[in-house]
Amino acid sequence: MKMTDMNTSPAGAQAGRRFGDVILDLQNISLRFGGVKALTDISFNIREHEVRAIIGPNGAGKSSMLNVINGVYHPQEGKILFRGQERKKMEPHMAAQQGIARTFQNIALFKGMSVLDNIMTGRNLKMKSNIFQQALWIGPALREEIAHREKVEEIVDFLEIQHIRKTPVGALPYGLQKRVDLGRALAMEPQILLLDEPMAGMNVEEKQDMCRFILDISDQFGTTIVLIEHDMGVVMDISDRVVVLDYGKKIGDGTPDEVRNNQDVINAYLGSGH
Amino acid sequence: MFYRENGQFKTSYAADQQIFTIAQDKWFVWGLIAFAALAVPMLADEYMFRAILIPFLVLSLAALGVNLLVGYCGQITLGAGAFMAIGAYAAYNFMVRIDGMPLILAMLLGGAAAAAFGILFGIPSLRVRGLYLAVATLAAQFLCDWAFLRIGWFTNYSSSGSVSVAKLEVLGWVVDSPVEKYLFCLAFVVVFAVIAKNLTRAAIGRQWMAIRDMDVAAEVIGIRPMFAKLSAFAVSSFFVGVAGALWGFVYLGSWEPAAFSVDRSFQLLFMVIIGGMGSIMGSFFGAAFIVVLPIFLNQFLPFLGSLVGISVSTAGVSHAEFIIFGSLIIFFLIVEPHGLARLWSIAKQKLRLWPFPH
Repeated sequence: MKMTDMNTSPAGAQAGRRFGDVILDLQNISLRFGGVKALTDISFNIREHEVRAIIGPNGAGKSSMLNVINGVYHPQEGKILFRGQERKKMEPHMAAQQGIARTFQNIALFKGMSVLDNIMTGRNLKMKSNIFQQALWIGPALREEIAHREKVEEIVDFLEIQHIRKTPVGALPYGLQKRVDLGRALAMEPQILLLDEPMAGMNVEEKQDMCRFILDISDQFGTTIVLIEHDMGVVMDISDRVVVLDYGKKIGDGTPDEVRNNQDVINAYLGSGH
Repeated sequence: MFYRENGQFKTSYAADQQIFTIAQDKWFVWGLIAFAALAVPMLADEYMFRAILIPFLVLSLAALGVNLLVGYCGQITLGAGAFMAIGAYAAYNFMVRIDGMPLILAMLLGGAAAAAFGILFGIPSLRVRGLYLAVATLAAQFLCDWAFLRIGWFTNYSSSGSVSVAKLEVLGWVVDSPVEKYLFCLAFVVVFAVIAKNLTRAAIGRQWMAIRDMDVAAEVIGIRPMFAKLSAFAVSSFFVGVAGALWGFVYLGSWEPAAFSVDRSFQLLFMVIIGGMGSIMGSFFGAAFIVVLPIFLNQFLPFLGSLVGISVSTAGVSHAEFIIFGSLIIFFLIVEPHGLARLWSIAKQKLRLWPFPH
């Protein structure tokens, strides 16, 4: 798989990326855990092919928001429209079937398995052979295993992790684990990719690599990306639109420039009085 | 020097996805199977077959089944003995109640019955995990102990409560002598080991391991926990059930419910822990450790005593056997908590580099 030159894909909305329709529309989402209000009356939408960032101070409800999107948490109030259709009771594996993949803030890889196997689990939904065919390693099971291995190798090439493909992920350094986590999500060929702090704890080079991967994914596969990130430089650089949460409420929404100049956002980050 | 993959290039994904990617491994295992099938019948005596080899093979198969569930899917179980019992009694009933039932089909149906119960008793795993699940599966054990003792139908109303199978015959081949019984068990074990290996390297095995390692992430990438866990219970119980049928039909010949008590469940779980969780090879190591070592100690200790001029009494031997066996378990668990299979793979790793240290 060839890499597109980064210069051909300048970041930001002004680059004229092909935005599509609204793919996911969140309306008046409220989520409570007992008496704790994690999210209060939040509405925003995600358009196809865009890079949509969710930012906010610690405890603002960013990760809860992702968990609502992929069905781990069930909001008490509000509606979620996926391609115009309202989502009813949603379980995580159903969200996966609809094409929503995610990576995790604290890496949630399968530690006992090799890099290849981890990424192969991402192809799980596309495998149709039954348990008897797999037990005998014949026919469809064998063909699938090889066909999906080819896809997985493409992802391995894309993420430049060829040299560790057979290493158990538990033995890998942090930065590479993050990459494998991304690879596993990519293997699902998702329509929406949720990235929960993909650059947390990375050094500058690793962040640059990760930014390059995210922009390449957006360009080459047209995947819609929802990104949670604390590094404001990264967020302002690569995202098309930004939604800002604070204490579970939405306080800003717009292009990076609009958000940067929003007084509420400045107050939330720097404290009021500035 | 001799064990390394240098020069063995793979040019297709099919070649890279074989069970043994290093040619020496493949030869070793073929050699082992050939040795077990051809040389052992000529070398071993009747005592070896009856006391060591047949129980070792049957319990390896059961341990393999338990390992699929505990080691690969991470669902702890203390009901393995019950599933062996279900396999044995179901196979017995298929044999007794249906005329002309082929032996192997009856045993496989016994396994299928165990699989059905495995699914039933696996349902708690959807809610509870770890030690709580172990206690829930213990319920299966007590239920079976009771049912096979008290419900006459299962034992075909035998007055003594014990059941027996008359003659083992496969397509005209009467499995009668210890050697034949050994080969019969060996065939089962080889076939099921290959099936287990295939399952664990295929999509279903990856689902099990994903559930074991990180269940939230597994669900998020589209693995249904219910399917993954219950299929692991079903396959595991199938293996254990077939092993139970072999245990009853081939090793015991006639048996009572006590043959499949909770002791058996613990024994199988220990085999998996000592042998290596999540390793096919480990199941065999564990079974060998638990079955063969006590017998070996029993035979070896008097000899050792005579060397240093102490005559060891029979009672003394059996006491010493327990003491040494117990300390060896502790020793191996401290040296390698991941089981004998990990020691095996470390040894192979070292062998690849030998004679160089790095």
